[in-house]
Amino acid sequence: MSRKQGDTMMLETPFHSRVALANELNLWEAWSGYTTPSAYFDVELEYFAVRSAAGVFDLSPMNKYRITGPDAGAFLNRLVTRDVGKIGVDRVGYTVWCDNAGQVMDDGTIFHLAENDYRLCAYARAMDWLSWSALGFDVSVVDESAEVAALAVQGPTSCSCLQSMGLDGLETLKPFGIAHFDFEGEDLMVSRTGFTGDLGYEVWIAPNKAETLWDKLFEAGKPYMIKPFGSQALELTRIETGFLQAGVDFVPAQETIRPGRSRSPFELGLGWLVDLNKPVFNGRQALIREQQIGSRYHFVILDVDGNKPAHNSFLFKGQQQVGTVTSAAWCPTAKSNVAFAQIETACGDIGDQLVAEIYYEKELHWTRVLAPCKVIDGAVFNPARRRMTPAVAY
Amino acid sequence: MKKYDAIVIGAGHNGLTNGAYLAKAGLDVLVVERNAYIGGATVSRELHKDWIYSNCSYVCSLLRPEIARDLELPRHGLQVVPYGGSATLMKNGDHFGYYYDHERLHREMARFSQRDANAYERYLADVMKQTRLIRPYLMRRPPDPTSLKLRDLKDLVEFAGSFTALGEEGLADTLKFWTMSVGDFLEQYFETDVIKAHLAGSGIIGTALGVYSPGTAYVLLHHYMGDVDGNVGAWGFARGGMGAVSSALAKSYQSYGGEILCDADVDRILVRNGRAVGVALDNGDEYHAPVVVSNLDPKRTFLDVMDATDLPPDVVKKARNFKIRGSSGKLNIALDGLPTFRGVEKGGPLATGEMHLSDSLEVLERAYDDWKDGTWSKEPYVDMLIPSQIDPTMAPPGKHMMTVFVQYAPPKIKGREWTDEDKAGFERTVIDQIASYSPDFKDLILHCETRTPRELEAEVGLTEGNIFQGELTFDQLLFNRPFPGYAQYRGPVKGMYMCGSGTHPGGGVMSAPGANAAREILQDLKKDNTVPEGYADD
Ligand SMILES: Cc1cc2nc3c(=O)[nH]c(=O)nc-3n(C[C@H](O)[C@H](O)[C@H](O)COP(=O)(O)OP(=O)(O)OC[C@H]3O[C@@H](n4cnc5c(N)ncnc54)[C@H](O)[C@@H]3O)c2cc1C
Repeated sequence: MSRKQGDTMMLETPFHSRVALANELNLWEAWSGYTTPSAYFDVELEYFAVRSAAGVFDLSPMNKYRITGPDAGAFLNRLVTRDVGKIGVDRVGYTVWCDNAGQVMDDGTIFHLAENDYRLCAYARAMDWLSWSALGFDVSVVDESAEVAALAVQGPTSCSCLQSMGLDGLETLKPFGIAHFDFEGEDLMVSRTGFTGDLGYEVWIAPNKAETLWDKLFEAGKPYMIKPFGSQALELTRIETGFLQAGVDFVPAQETIRPGRSRSPFELGLGWLVDLNKPVFNGRQALIREQQIGSRYHFVILDVDGNKPAHNSFLFKGQQQVGTVTSAAWCPTAKSNVAFAQIETACGDIGDQLVAEIYYEKELHWTRVLAPCKVIDGAVFNPARRRMTPAVAY
Repeated sequence: MKKYDAIVIGAGHNGLTNGAYLAKAGLDVLVVERNAYIGGATVSRELHKDWIYSNCSYVCSLLRPEIARDLELPRHGLQVVPYGGSATLMKNGDHFGYYYDHERLHREMARFSQRDANAYERYLADVMKQTRLIRPYLMRRPPDPTSLKLRDLKDLVEFAGSFTALGEEGLADTLKFWTMSVGDFLEQYFETDVIKAHLAGSGIIGTALGVYSPGTAYVLLHHYMGDVDGNVGAWGFARGGMGAVSSALAKSYQSYGGEILCDADVDRILVRNGRAVGVALDNGDEYHAPVVVSNLDPKRTFLDVMDATDLPPDVVKKARNFKIRGSSGKLNIALDGLPTFRGVEKGGPLATGEMHLSDSLEVLERAYDDWKDGTWSKEPYVDMLIPSQIDPTMAPPGKHMMTVFVQYAPPKIKGREWTDEDKAGFERTVIDQIASYSPDFKDLILHCETRTPRELEAEVGLTEGNIFQGELTFDQLLFNRPFPGYAQYRGPVKGMYMCGSGTHPGGGVMSAPGANAAREILQDLKKDNTVPEGYADD
């Protein structure tokens, strides 16, 4: 055995040298086998960089599948629940895909790069399912996860940061739009997408230009207070803005072992992504049936009284236990104590009052609180600038 | 003439909070404000094009989260962004960095003294014990020991209970803490001058007392008892300046139907047959309501807008004797770029927080000597920050806004009024002092707004320029604020109330006085309470 210091079983993203330099806390975690930062200098300050100025998140480990060929559109349309035909060239669509039982396998984004040319970004690895689903279609499916480096640049000054790096005209890019820029002779793709619920972009580049991109971006963003942020700050932003996390708020159907542990799009509050007018897509029959007989669960966002996050709480209506919390956080910008929950369908309409059983520990003393909570209508953070085109300067 | 259910005099943040809770309860409320703009000492103004100044208060921690949430201030545009770290630059070229990371702070303290670094843990635990004692009372009316009403007796028993729960030693520590000087308090823990000086600052901010004056340990607590998102003692910037607090409060208030009238200088609270019935403005206009709430400090309230003949003589006497000495001034500076501070990493964690220039308690005490001498400190204590490093809305990209809180500045110069020359001299003293730690500072100055107690009194309406609407000493706290017998927001005249920082729990951008006062008013009107309870502080 001749292990050297620094040898590790973990992969490094194309930005790793820069990420490591910026990671003052030296705090790491694994994401799909890559070494990625949990936090860089202070979770709270990183979170606020995203909410008040601009934050940069390395999302290179994201699973990315390139789908090309004459049947690419038709293939995707059969795969996912929404109508891919409505996602024009240079547009991005958020979607889910289901197994034949109408259970969600994953959520992700479809980038329509060109005629018959798409990129599917997914939380879970999907090569197996994509390959089986592609049978009979004239498409090629290639895992390009390692071939594309990507950063999310999110927050009110994100557009200013990128403009100051030379991306002229970026302000006219619409939400879910894609634009291309020349970056040192290489194509820099920019999409107005993200996981923070604010004005924000994702930038995509060949790995050999990743470090230069990072350097240029941080240099250009300096007057706009750009800062890197890690997974912990991301977690706060996504809860505040109402985004589900696969593996946390639902288990990808193909990974469930116990019966009944998977969820349908309707049960996750993602019914708006299901286009039953499409004649065929995976899970359609089951979803139609679910519409007829009703869902078992439903997803709610709760505004919980007090300031103790309702982590892992049971939810009660009167004496009856009606559900459980999947994600919870005190949301610093919205000043709101938010929880996502799966509850039985008999209750949970907007405005319904439930009770969360919260346990917390202070100095080895456990306290149980029964916190009233209310089902609310949508995310607590949803600023207008997120939707505005041209993008407004913070 | 339209008749309102309640009139609030002053659109300071407490007046707006009070109005919001009354309006939320369904009352028809009018807030009248002397200035052309709202906010009082919680204000943002653009005095130099494209630069926003937080003209008075500049950092936020005390604002009660229960209120921010309940009045939906985030939805109305308020975002409080915390900053980490602070520093004291030393005469010898070194500096003490108060890092927000606990272990890093330990290492930094240990650089000066291993013992101090370790004692800091004991210090923090002791201060947190005291904050736990006071925090539950922030969102409540103070108990009244002079009253024999059942509800007051109940309050008192509970209040006494939380003290006796501390045990004999704890109780002794607490009594000592509430009355001792911040200097003596810190000397129980630390041996290093600069560490003591760094921590002592919050014991003197806004008070006309020195680091060795009894009562200043409590003032330190007053600066520790707030929180940002549950981090007790942390501070942040309101995005867009402190005016964002007032503007969000005003929007919330208006969303409940409340009205605001600016450029409306109240000359007098109208009293008929022992009842407040409205206000008269200096232009002669009158507005009528059975409830009149004063957001002004106790001196203004009782000696200025109320007629002595409408008041019991003891109240006039108490108002005259109320301690409200000015001690502070402020410089708001537009900078052409980010200044360099000797030895401190530019844009690093220390430079984005508070920076101080007094490196020993001796220096701080001498600064106070100048105040007693009737002049501004020759080597003042400054609390300076550059919020534009975190908040992109305060200055154009690459440019900066600096807020410099200065102590001491007396309300009068050797017994006479401040002159423009004095003000210029004060400004020069502060700028020269900063420049001696920052070589490029002077060249970067584009504009400077200087405020001495004279301006604070004239423009904000704070008597003598006292930033907290009255000294925060034990004789003027809790059931003594503003005076014994009148600490539950009710004035001496029926229908007349107080809601400013001159009432419990005191000064700072907290909204608690305004909210607590609303609760009492609603109780008197037999309306449903709209004011939230405080969060349990477990
Ligand atoms: C320089 C300075 C720095 C400070 N720094 C901080 C800080 O960083 N953090 C913090 O938490 N606190 C700080 N404070 C303290 C804090 O700002 C005050 O305690 C708080 O803003 C007071 O609010 P208020 O609503 O009680 O009263 P005020 O803000 O004093 O409001 C009173 C209002 O009444 C109006 N008024 C006066 N007379 C009349 C009249 N006759 N008719 C009509 N209207 C009238 C005034 O114009 C004013 O708008 C600072 C204060 C100052 C002055």
